[in-house]
Parts: sequence; structure tokens; C-alpha cells
Amino acid sequence: MTAHNGEAAVRKVKAAGQDEPAGDEAAIRVEGLHKSFGKLEVLKGVDFTVRRGEVVCVIGPSGSGKSTLLRCVNLLEEPTAGSVSLSGTELTDPDVDIDRVRRRIGIVFQSFNLFPHLSVLANLTIAQRRVLGRSKDEAERIARANLRRVGVAEKESVYPAQLSGGQQQRVAIARALSMDPELMLFDEPTSALDPELVGDVLAVMRRLADEGMTMMVVTHEMSFAREVADRVVFMDGGVIVEEGPPNRVIGDPQHQRTRTFLRRVLDPAAAEVAEDGAPLA
Amino acid sequence: MSMSRRQRKRAFRAVQYGVLALVVVGMVFGADWGEIRRAFFDLDVAQAQFPGIITTALVNTVVYTLLGFGFGLALGLILALMRLSSVPPYRWLATCYIEFFRGVPALLVFIALGFGVPIAFQVVINQYVTVMLALGLVGAAYMAETIRAGIQAVPKGQVEAARSLGMSQGRAMRSIVIPQAFRIVLPPLTNELILLTKDSSLVYLLGLSLGQYELAKFGRDALNENRSLTPILVAGLCYLIITLPLGHLVRRLEARTAKAR
Ligand SMILES: Nc1ncnc2c1ncn2[C@@H]1O[C@H](COP(=O)(O)OP(=O)(O)OP(=O)(O)O)[C@@H](O)[C@H]1O
Ligand SMILES: [Mg+2]
Repeated sequence: MTAHNGEAAVRKVKAAGQDEPAGDEAAIRVEGLHKSFGKLEVLKGVDFTVRRGEVVCVIGPSGSGKSTLLRCVNLLEEPTAGSVSLSGTELTDPDVDIDRVRRRIGIVFQSFNLFPHLSVLANLTIAQRRVLGRSKDEAERIARANLRRVGVAEKESVYPAQLSGGQQQRVAIARALSMDPELMLFDEPTSALDPELVGDVLAVMRRLADEGMTMMVVTHEMSFAREVADRVVFMDGGVIVEEGPPNRVIGDPQHQRTRTFLRRVLDPAAAEVAEDGAPLA
Repeated sequence: MSMSRRQRKRAFRAVQYGVLALVVVGMVFGADWGEIRRAFFDLDVAQAQFPGIITTALVNTVVYTLLGFGFGLALGLILALMRLSSVPPYRWLATCYIEFFRGVPALLVFIALGFGVPIAFQVVINQYVTVMLALGLVGAAYMAETIRAGIQAVPKGQVEAARSLGMSQGRAMRSIVIPQAFRIVLPPLTNELILLTKDSSLVYLLGLSLGQYELAKFGRDALNENRSLTPILVAGLCYLIITLPLGHLVRRLEARTAKAR
């Protein structure tokens, strides 16, 4: 396993076509990011970095541009302006082979997006074989190891439709991990799940964080953000309003917009009272 | 004059059965059964068609159909991808092709390929190739639209997931989108196979050697020989041997798709 990971790392560096600049701690560096859909400006100048090994949670009201930001990081959306760099490689450079960069970034979607025509095992091996060129045996060995890691090892031969939502999402995480990504992006990974299934998925993510994976997580799970995140970013209206350690952003927010949002998320009933004009503690 | 709804329903049904009974009785007593039997159900003539109608004609019908279907499917897939291309001229070309070949009778295509092309270009084309091209060119137009709809029915998240794993656009299409699209379009494609089976009868237009006869041509020749419609009936039944199981398959596939949703 370790030997193999070493190989993959070498391959990655070669794939990027350049060596990473020494001393640059940033896994992701986003500068002056703008994104418009037609006339609608969704991201209005976003700057932030995610350091290697860091877990950053992005919170904010619906429509604030969290998904768009995440999707710009692996160029599923083309930024209108600004730059995105991954370990020093500028993705927005038109000469960069985006397919080579994307394989270094794992992404987990709200709606799982498993391939329904492939078995669980094949979901995990197809990109390893077609993109990384791994042999069938090697790809399956890595796939099984990752299925064990997320706790669905016994489901390798079934099809996604036969799994619960929580199992599907864990398979999706295992699929992304099988590519040995340098960082993982999560877009509300538990929002489509029944409440009793959320815990299993969060537990897997927690373990990943403990193992030192660089993670950027869009989430509404405030307790997860509070306990797991190294840093919390609050977005509203296409800009970052405030960011910092969780106990500051969630525990003691500096901005009114952050406070209003957190009040609504953490205690919907109290938020209503507040809107009625009653004073809040 | 007031009937309850139930009474009216019952009276209406009685009238329907009455008409049916009249028609049946009329046919039993009015028709010349000796003549009909001789014309349609001449057992000697029917027996004389075997085994040639199976070993040559039925086999050829299947071969022609599969040749046309295979070529049409490949061309249809290319046309469907052209229709979805981001390069406008490809879209225009595919649209023109589809509109043209859906709009003209298959008969004309057969004549053009069977007689027009050899005369115009002074070439001799193998009969099987002619049939494959004629059936395939027409079938491709219909299959292209079916396949395009199937590709568009695959959720956008599938391509995004594939691209996020580092697959190129083409690889995502081949490994993820097209396999799923084909499951969606399997029932309509099987219907297309049924239509092509029947269209393969147009081969009778071409000058064929005996060994190349398919069901329609075989039945027609036997008709001239025997002055009996029996061979046509037998040929018709042979078509049903092919098309009825396919129709059954379509219904099974549709039921499976409906259950998977
Ligand atoms: N492909 C698109 N085309 C047009 N508008 C889009 C597109 N994607 C997103 N938007 C718009 O951009 C805005 C921000 O969307 P985004 O999905 O980034 O918000 P979000 O913060 O993730 O919200 P949520 O919490 O509801 O997921 C919304 O107004 C949305 O309608
Ligand atoms: Mg979102």
C-alpha cells in the first residue's frame, strides 16, 4: 500500500508537468474569483487558501455561491475572472490539461452521482483503470481497501440502486479516495440523507480529517464544522463575510449577517421571534 | 323511456355482440370456403415451400435485417453525437441527414442504391452491401433521434462525476453516458429492429439470385408458380416468427425500465 502510494505520488508530480514550489503550503489558492451565469453574478471576488492538511468548512445561506465556489475549484464551472491554483499549478491557465489536474481532486456531491450501470466495485475501479492506467488487480485491491475504510466492504458486488443513501454516499467517498487525491471537496454530502444515516457519513469524514486529508466541506452540519474544521468560512451574497477558527466564527461571530444566519440554522424558532422584533440574548 | 345507466350499458353491449354474431354467420354461410381454402390454405403448396422458406428465405431476411441494423446503429450513434456536438456545422449536417432520410420512402432509397448508383458510377456493388446500406441509411435516421434522446436522458451529474475523476469528455461519453443511454433506448431500438425486419422485404426490388431470396421475394415467386396465395400466408407467418418474440421482448424491457425508475 505504501509503496503504491509513493508511486502514485511520483506519477502525480510528473502529471502536473512541473515540480511544486518548495515551501508553498497552500493546497488550494483562490484569488479574485468571479463567476457569473449570464447577468447573474454569483461570486463577486473571493480570495482564500486551504493549507495542506487543513479542514475548511464553508457555511452560508442558500444561494450564496458555496456550490459554485467548490465547483470552480475543480473547474466544473469555468471562473469568469480570477485564478485557482492547486499546489502551485494554476488551473485557470488555458495550457493546463484540466483532466490531469482533476484526478488529483476528489469531489463528493450532494446527490452521490454513483454510476448506476456499474457494480460498486466497478464504480471504484473504472477511473483507476481508464485514467490512471492501473491494472485490474491493483485497482480492485485499492478499491477494496477503500470500501473497508468507509465500512461498506460487503457491498462490493451490488449495484448502487440496492444501497441506502448513506451507503451510496460512503461508496462515493471511497470512489474519490481510490484516485489517491491530494484533497477532497464535499458539497453538502449529508443533505440528501435521512437523518439517521447522516452520522455514518460524517464519521467517515471525521476519520479522513484525522488521517490528515486536506478537505473543503460545504455543510449545514454546524456541530461537524465546530468539531472537525480547522477553519470556518462564512459566505453570503457571493463574498466571504468572515472566516476563522470555528469557536470564533460559529461561537462568537463578528458580523451581523453571520449572526442572523447562525441563529436561523441553530435555532429556527428563536430566529422567528427575532424577526418579530423581540430582543435576543 | 328512462333506462338506468347500467341498463343502457348492458343494451349497448348486447348490440355489439349482435353485430359480431351477424358478421361471423355471414362469413360462414356467405363465403365460398372451398375457394378460400384453395387460395390460402393449400396444404400441398404450403408443404412445397419447406424447407427453402426457412433455410434460405427466413435466414436471408434475418441476415439482411441484421446487416442493416448493425450499420444503421453505428451510423445512428455517430449522427446522434453530431446532433449534440458543440460545433454547429456538425449539428446542421446531422439534422439535414435525419430530416431527409426520415422524409423519403425507403423504396426510393433502395431504387437509388440498387439501380441509380451502379448506373451513375459504373460500379457493381455486392447485393449484401446494397441491402446493408439501404436499410442502414434509413434506419440510422430514426435510430439517431432515439439515441440522442437517450443520451440527453442521462443526468448531468453523471458526466460531472466522471469528469471529476479525471476522465476526458470522450472517455466519460464512452464509459459512462453511452452505456446508460443504451439501456434507456433498448426498447425503442428493438422496435426499430422490427420495422427494419419488415422493410427488408424491399430487397425484392433488386435483382437477386435464388440463394439471396428473402421471405417476401420467396413468397412472391411461389405465388406466381402455384397461382395460390398460400406461399404469401406462409411467408407472413414466418415474419411473425421473428417479430412476435421481438415485440414480447420490447414489452419486457419496457416493464424492466419502468420498474428501475
Ligand atoms: N449553472 C447555473 N446556471 C445559472 N445559475 C446558476 C447555475 N448554478 C448556480 N446558479 C445560481 O447561482 C446562485 C448560487 O448557487 P449555488 O448553488 O452556488 O448556491 P449555494 O450556496 O450552494 O446554495 P445551496 O445552499 O442552496 O446549495 C443561485 O442563485 C443559483 O440559482
Ligand atoms: Mg449548493
